[in-house]
Amino acid sequence: MSKSSVDDLVEAGSEYHAGFVTDVESETLPPGLDESVVRFISARKGEPQWLTDWRLEAFAKWREMREPNWAHVHYPPIDFQAISYYSAPKSQTDGPRSLDEVDPELLRTYEKLGIPLHEQAALAGVVPDPAAIGTPAGANVAVDVVFDSVSIATTFKETLAEAGVIFCPISEAVHSHPELVQKYLGSVIPQRDNYYAALNSAVFSDGSFVYIPKGVRCPMELSTYFRINERNTGQFERTLIIADEGSHVSYLEGCTAPMRDENQLHAAVVELVAMGDAEIKYSTVQNWYPGDENGKGGIYNFVTKRGLCAGPRAKISWTQVETGSAITWKYPSVVLRGDESVGEFYSVALTNNRQQADTGTKMIHMGKNTKSTIVSKGISAGGSENCYRGLVRISPTAQNARNFTQCDSLLIGDQCGAHTFPYIENKNNSATVEHEASTSKVSDDQLFACQQRGIETEQAVSMIVNGFCKEVFRELPMEFAVEAGKLLEVSLEGAVG
Amino acid sequence: MNLLDVSNLHASVETDDGPQPILKGLNLTVKAGEVHAIMGPNGSGKSTLANVLSGRPGYAVDGGEAMLGGKNLLDLEPFERAQIGMFLAFQYPVEIPGVSNMEFLKASIDSLARARGEEQPNTASFMRTVRELAGSLDLDPAFLKRGVNEGFSGGEKKRNEIMQLLLLNPKLALLDETDSGLDIDALKVVADGVNRYRSESNGVVLITHYQRLLDYIVPDYVHVLSNGQIIESGDKSLALELEAKGYAWLT
Repeated sequence: MSKSSVDDLVEAGSEYHAGFVTDVESETLPPGLDESVVRFISARKGEPQWLTDWRLEAFAKWREMREPNWAHVHYPPIDFQAISYYSAPKSQTDGPRSLDEVDPELLRTYEKLGIPLHEQAALAGVVPDPAAIGTPAGANVAVDVVFDSVSIATTFKETLAEAGVIFCPISEAVHSHPELVQKYLGSVIPQRDNYYAALNSAVFSDGSFVYIPKGVRCPMELSTYFRINERNTGQFERTLIIADEGSHVSYLEGCTAPMRDENQLHAAVVELVAMGDAEIKYSTVQNWYPGDENGKGGIYNFVTKRGLCAGPRAKISWTQVETGSAITWKYPSVVLRGDESVGEFYSVALTNNRQQADTGTKMIHMGKNTKSTIVSKGISAGGSENCYRGLVRISPTAQNARNFTQCDSLLIGDQCGAHTFPYIENKNNSATVEHEASTSKVSDDQLFACQQRGIETEQAVSMIVNGFCKEVFRELPMEFAVEAGKLLEVSLEGAVG
Repeated sequence: MNLLDVSNLHASVETDDGPQPILKGLNLTVKAGEVHAIMGPNGSGKSTLANVLSGRPGYAVDGGEAMLGGKNLLDLEPFERAQIGMFLAFQYPVEIPGVSNMEFLKASIDSLARARGEEQPNTASFMRTVRELAGSLDLDPAFLKRGVNEGFSGGEKKRNEIMQLLLLNPKLALLDETDSGLDIDALKVVADGVNRYRSESNGVVLITHYQRLLDYIVPDYVHVLSNGQIIESGDKSLALELEAKGYAWLT
C-alpha cells in the first residue's frame, strides 16, 4: 500500500559520490612485502638511517605477530603479498612542491571532491557538491592532502608559520624537524602495539605532522584529506600531533576512495601528545568507499589512534563520524597520565548494506582526578553489523578517576545487528565509573508518525537519525556538523524507493 | 461538496496467516462543519478505518473509494494525504528521541506549507504561536524542547496530538480513541481542544469506545461499525442508547 516502510528504505543501496578514479601516471611498487620493500620506501623518501632501522625493526616484529581475530567482523584472509605498499603520482616523485607545481589533474581531483587547495578558494565559502560531503570545503581551514602514498600539497603553511605552528607532511618533518619526529614517533603507539600498527610502522608512506608551540592557540583548523586512488594499493599513513604546554589545536580528517570491486587495505596510525594544559581536538569524518550493496569491494579500515595526556590538565577529545569502509576496526583511545587530564570520545558509526564496524575507544586512567567521557552512537541499516567495543581501565594510581559511558544503538530494518562489548577494569576503589546503554529501532510507526504530519520519508529518516546523533554532532566543529548530518543522509539515501 | 466520501471500502490487514479482511463495504460521508462519531465493539474495524484512510503500512485496500476534497486518498502516499489536509490523532503516539517537539512541529508545518505552495512561517513567530498553544492545553512550554513524546505521560501524549491538530488546522481530523487512557481532567482538555478546532470549514471523525467523550464533544452523527460495515446511524441519542443497551441488540 505504501512504498515508505522501513523495509523499502533499507532495500536500496546508497549512492557513493566520491567513487571516481583519477587518471594519473603513477609509480607503483609491484605487490609484495619483504625487507627490500621497507628499504625502498625509506630510500625513496631519503630518510635518515635511524628511521630506516626503526622501520626494519617494526617489520621484524610484524613478521612474528598474528592478525587479530577477536573483533566482531568477518572477511576472507588478507594476502599481504598481493598488496602494493607504495604508489605515488609520477608527477610528484620529486617530493613536495609548491601549489603552483602540483599536477593539474590532481588539483582537479580535489576540486571534484570539494577540497579547497587554493588558499583564496578556501575563503570563498562555496557550497560543496555531494562528493565534498565530509570534507572541510568552504571553511577557513589549512589542508594537507595525501594522495595514495604521498602528500601532494599543504595549504596556508606561511600563515601557520607566523604563529610558530608546524604543519607539514611527516616525510618532510623527518628532514626539517628530525629531533621532534625521532622523540615522539612510536612514543604513544609502540611498533608492536598491534599487528596493523606494526605493519604501518614498517611501511608507512606519508601523513601529517603538527607541532603547536607552548601557549599557542592554533589560528585555524588544521585538516588532512586522505585519498586512495591506485588499484591494489594499501594506504598506510601516519599522523603525529604534538601540542606543547598550554597550546590548543583542532584537527579534522577526511577520507574517500574510488569504487572498486576488490577490497583495499587502509592501516593508519595516529599519535597525539598533549603536554600539560594543552588541548587537542581531533575530528574524523570517514567516508571511504563502503563496497556495493552486496558487500563487493570497499576499504578495510584497520586503524590505530591513540592520544597521550602527558601533563596535568591536558585534554584530548576524539570525535568521529564513521559512515564509509567495508570494515572498520578502530578504537581511538586516550592515555590519561597527567593528573586532572581529560579524555573524550564522541562517535557516530553508521553501517548500511553489508558493512561491518567494530569500533569504540579505550580510556586508560593513570593520573589522579582524571576524567573521561564516552558517547557512542551506532546506527545499523541493511544487513550490516555494528559493534561498540570499549575499555575503561582505572589504574591503582588513578585516585578519584571518573568515567561516564553512554552507548546507544539504533537499528533500521530487521536484517542488521548491533552489539556492545564494554570492558571495565577498575583497580582503584575511589573511582566512579558509569555505563549506560540503549538499543532502539527506527520503526515503521515512527516513520508513519512523521509522514502523517506531512514530512516526506527521506526527511523523516534523516530527522530521526540526526536526533539520535545530536549529542555527538554538537562536538564537531560547526562547518563539519552540518556536513556530517548531510553525510548521514547521503549514506542512507537512495534508500527511498 | 462532501469533505470526505468513503464508498464501499473493502480493506484487509496483513497478518502472518495472510490478509484478513476487516472492512467489508464501508460507506461514510462527512460534510464540512460536521462531527461524526464512530462506535462499535472491539474488532469491528474502527482503527483499521483510521489506518487505511491515513495510509499506514500493513493494510491492503481491496476495493472501494475514499475521497478527500475530491482527491482519491487511496492513490496517495501518507505524507501526501497529510499535505491535502488529512490528520490522524494517534491512539498510541510514538516517541522520537532526540528530535525536539519544536523541531518536529517546524518540519511538519514547513512540509505542509511547501506542498501547498505557501510561505513557510517565520521561525520566531512560529515558536511564539506554539508556546501559546501549549500553554492553552496545560502543557509546560519546557516540553517543547524535549524529544517528541519522549518520557511524556499518557495524558501529555494525547494533549500533544491535540496541540498538533490546532497548529496544523487540517481539513479533516480523524481521532482514533484519543480519549482512551485519559482521566476526566485530561479528557476535558482534549475535548475543549477539539471544540476549538471545529469550524464550518472542517470535519471531525471521532473513533471512540465510550459515550462519555460525546458528553464533551457533541457529534452531529453517531455510527455503529460492526464486522466492517456501518450498520446503524443516528444522532447523539444513539450513543446513549448504546451505552444503556450495548451492541448486541444491533447485530
